[in-house]
Amino acid sequence: MEYLILLFSEIYKILYVLIPVLVSVAMIVWLDRRIWAFVQKRRGPNVVGPFGLFQTLADALKYIFKEIIIPASSNKIIFILAPIVTMTLALIAWAVIPFSEDYVLADINVGILYIFAISSLGVYGIIMGGWASNSKYPFLGSIRSAAQMVSYEVSIGVIIINVLLCVGSLNLSDIVLAQEKIWFVIPLFPMFVIFFISSLAETNRPPFDLPEAEAELVAGYQTEYSGMMYAMFWLGEYANILLMCALGSILFLGGWLAPIDTPLFEMVPPPVWLIFKILFLFVLFALIKAIVPRYRYDQLMRLGWKVFLPFSLIWVVLTSGYLLYFDLLPVY
Amino acid sequence: MNIFRIFKTVFLIDFLTGLWIAIKELFKPKKTLNYPFEKGKISPRYRGEHALRRYPNGEERCIACKLCEAVCPAQAITIESTAKEDGSRKTTRYDIDMLKCIYCGLCEESCPVDAIVQGPNFEFATHTREELYYNKEKLLENGDRWENVLAANIKADNPYR
Repeated sequence: MEYLILLFSEIYKILYVLIPVLVSVAMIVWLDRRIWAFVQKRRGPNVVGPFGLFQTLADALKYIFKEIIIPASSNKIIFILAPIVTMTLALIAWAVIPFSEDYVLADINVGILYIFAISSLGVYGIIMGGWASNSKYPFLGSIRSAAQMVSYEVSIGVIIINVLLCVGSLNLSDIVLAQEKIWFVIPLFPMFVIFFISSLAETNRPPFDLPEAEAELVAGYQTEYSGMMYAMFWLGEYANILLMCALGSILFLGGWLAPIDTPLFEMVPPPVWLIFKILFLFVLFALIKAIVPRYRYDQLMRLGWKVFLPFSLIWVVLTSGYLLYFDLLPVY
Repeated sequence: MNIFRIFKTVFLIDFLTGLWIAIKELFKPKKTLNYPFEKGKISPRYRGEHALRRYPNGEERCIACKLCEAVCPAQAITIESTAKEDGSRKTTRYDIDMLKCIYCGLCEESCPVDAIVQGPNFEFATHTREELYYNKEKLLENGDRWENVLAANIKADNPYR
């Protein structure tokens, strides 16, 4: 009986985080399309619901009712597993995201490592999808995607080391609390820019959307997918984007903290500040999608390995040297 | 690579300029129409859905001369005719296969009595092919429905014919 109560309270807590995340994923898809359209002076989805807000729900409904086609020559188990893996991995990372000081599902001490591990696993969903489809374009798309995600994960890892040096803890709540005096975006501004660009590559957003470059690869690893399975890939992708935005705001923009510590800003509940910051980053994501042309594959690799990685490595040395010289190393 | 170019690359100048332009464009009025609720202007010569017109007293204009059938390059029109009590001809059958039709407007051009015309309606998509095999009844009904617009369009275009 006690176990049951514990189980239900845990499920309640999980749903308390998961449902807002799923709803905001739906809203963010709408926002993305809308901003994209507005920059190009189109109207975007504006028919379903007020301002077209329910467009994504209508799309989801359409996907649910569509037939799922499984190619005859595909590896059926892996083919079905791939979108499930993608979506699950995109959603479970939210467990450690702190929305305020006491509103976090799992306040574990290695939160940032957990997120890093999960987002590294994310590439498996794409590789599995591309491999199991047993077709040219999905396979090429998934190979590209794997190479791209692995390369940019390295530089993201080094950037995170910069932040961790200043914090002295792997716990995400501690990372936020360490920014009470000054957000890390100010002392570590170049790292923030590189983190932002790397997270574009990590989530396969333009200008790094090579895995699904429609002109060359039809739709990349999603080519053979249809119906709800395609929608799950899509959902996972946007949940990942949202997660990257959340990570960016926690690592650099002070998470749930208000910009200035005044009574007026204190009135706004902390999660709202986090949501504002996530939205700000996402709007940047969406604007960038509208203005940039796609990178060539070799340019992408050059940027990841020859520019970002050495630069962030040098910055690690600079940060640690600075902290050591001025005796600012955090003590825990 | 000169210094200026390195500076531009490192500080993402081009990218930030692009971002600034995008933000400015965000608030400009939209170029696209809000289509189902708002439609573009259509010329009086627009060649849309066909219609068979009547005289104001309700008599069909069509005299079954079959010029339209003869001129139709897609051979989409089929006409059969018979004699009336007063000796004049009338059609017993006037079919247009809207799927064959290329909307060239030659039928309207050839008609001596302005009976077959192409109206301004372009939203007649259907769920099945069968619905697009128009017969005389359907065409006359179209004519009755659009008569005001059709008459106005023919009048507006008259000086140029």
